[in-house]
Amino acid sequence: MSLLLEAVELTKHFPLKSGLFGKSKGAVRAVDGISFTVEKGRTLGVVGESGCGKTTTAKLVLGLEEPTSGTLRVNGADLSNLDSGARRRYRRAVQAVFQDPYASLNPRMRVGSIIMEPLITHEPVHGAELTKRLHRLLELVGLPTKAADLFPHEFSGGQRQRIAIARALSLSPALVVLDEPVSALDVSIRAQILNLLRDLQAELGLAYLFIAHDLAAVAHMSHTIAVMYLGRIVEIGEANTVANAARHPYTRALFAAALPSHPDEKREEIVLSGEVPSPLNPPTGCHFHPRCPSVMDRCRSEGAKLRQIETVQVACHLYE
Amino acid sequence: MAPLLELRNLSTHYVSQSGARVVKAVDSVTLALEAGETLGVVGESGSGKTTLALSILRLLPPAAQNAGGEMLFDGEDLLTKSPEEMRQIRGKKIAMILQDPMASLNPLFTIGDQVAEPLRVHESMPRKRAWERATALLKSVRITAPETRVKEYPHQMSGGMRQRIVGAMGIACEPRLLIADEPTTSLDLTIQAQYLNLLRDLQREHGLALIFITHNLGIVAKMCDRVAVMYAGRLVEFGAVRKIFDAPRHPYTRALLQSIPRFADARTRLTAIGGQPPDLSALPLGCAFHPRCPDAIDRCRGEAPPETVGASAHSVRCWVAGS
Repeated sequence: MSLLLEAVELTKHFPLKSGLFGKSKGAVRAVDGISFTVEKGRTLGVVGESGCGKTTTAKLVLGLEEPTSGTLRVNGADLSNLDSGARRRYRRAVQAVFQDPYASLNPRMRVGSIIMEPLITHEPVHGAELTKRLHRLLELVGLPTKAADLFPHEFSGGQRQRIAIARALSLSPALVVLDEPVSALDVSIRAQILNLLRDLQAELGLAYLFIAHDLAAVAHMSHTIAVMYLGRIVEIGEANTVANAARHPYTRALFAAALPSHPDEKREEIVLSGEVPSPLNPPTGCHFHPRCPSVMDRCRSEGAKLRQIETVQVACHLYE
Repeated sequence: MAPLLELRNLSTHYVSQSGARVVKAVDSVTLALEAGETLGVVGESGSGKTTLALSILRLLPPAAQNAGGEMLFDGEDLLTKSPEEMRQIRGKKIAMILQDPMASLNPLFTIGDQVAEPLRVHESMPRKRAWERATALLKSVRITAPETRVKEYPHQMSGGMRQRIVGAMGIACEPRLLIADEPTTSLDLTIQAQYLNLLRDLQREHGLALIFITHNLGIVAKMCDRVAVMYAGRLVEFGAVRKIFDAPRHPYTRALLQSIPRFADARTRLTAIGGQPPDLSALPLGCAFHPRCPDAIDRCRGEAPPETVGASAHSVRCWVAGS
């Protein structure tokens, strides 16, 4: 197994400023010291509710945000120490597919130009070679060759997402960040796109960072699942264990809240009270303690560190 | 006992100004709902499920026309009601919850004013009493400190609270039927679970009938007694929820159920439905699903299948499954 990307104590705080001279009013701790690894050909699924830091994590990995502290290592090299050439190579190797294929494709460009733009930017390819690469990409994502001459509005949501995937693959990336890639699509189309992503992974050895709300889809796609709550990872490990035998009280409540796939499927009823607190002013100790059904005294003052238990790591005092 | 709501061959069409183009958004839908029951209407975008809900409330946009059928609520045909009579019914006997709670709340009025409004309009309740009742309603939808919340504005609430407030408005006049159009799509998972449990409690307390308009089969599995599956404006299958999950008859329902990922069999390949949902203004001849259907026979390509009703009122529109 080759390690592709390693995040160590990755942190991103967004400072809040107010007034004319930008007096600091504290910071939103969007991502607060998270560590994970992404391996070649594997999928890391990230789940959590709004405001837990999933999207900020994706932006950090894509190099669209600079971490406040902590490091991202690419094949062993610290991302912040790379020279501009190596950084450019990193950006090539990490591509993204976003949620809304209606917003992520330029309506005034033809599909062929959309898919080829990254390639033309990064490589000196012309003429027949370019056309060959384009046709290969269209074939990979299951679109007809003639799609290249059309505009995005001539396609349905599922086909547009295929175009976005083709664009992400044009530079033969090692890692693709998938931020809610199917939630904007019709139910009958989602399985097509999930299957396509799985086939591409097997064929091209891609690594995925898969972010989604739909827990069953994450469990279906991922080898490893990380559960985030208010900027921290509360549980991370082998996907099947996290999905079916969760340990952290938040993970258990989250997966209990997932909808059943059959009327007779009874899921454990854990209905959390309250809502996710603001990341501007997170609770002391373990961030989850005000909503936790198994809260103990020390949870209020002392946050738990991730500890290895069999195939997963859990940050909870219950398991110490 | 007569059902609470009964639709008989209800059709709603959108007609272009010149009358040249007709989109059959709801095409000859027949279904029934008993008092206190929950019906799930599932379908993809453009399948006509929201138009169906708006047809029941007669809140259709001007371009839409009723194109036949009957709509019996408590034995009376809603289609024959005058606009004034419909106003008496909406919010009082039939209420609706929309997908986006921020769009259904007026940002300039307090929560109390908005929850009290249906009571003031329909029950001519004096302001003070309506506000007291509004406070009690907020409490019943598990809003903490309702006495202070009534005086606040929508922007001061979180998404989950707003959706619960819209729910409180919906049940203010104790309607017989509550229609919820994708009520939890904008909510986080743990908040969605809270909200669905709340709706179920309210239903039990008030004997409400519920219609859930959703694309999410999980919500149907969790909440509903019966399910109506829509495809391209037509009801393709209708029956008891267990029947449909255990033994779906229509190929579309079957494919839909097979295509959703499950926890139990992670990382196996999903059974995808090929093709795209159809364009309602250019429907294929015959059964609208035939270009995507694995079981299609010649007859499906030329002739739309009729509705066949099987055991325990399980109906299906399919040449293959219906015969």
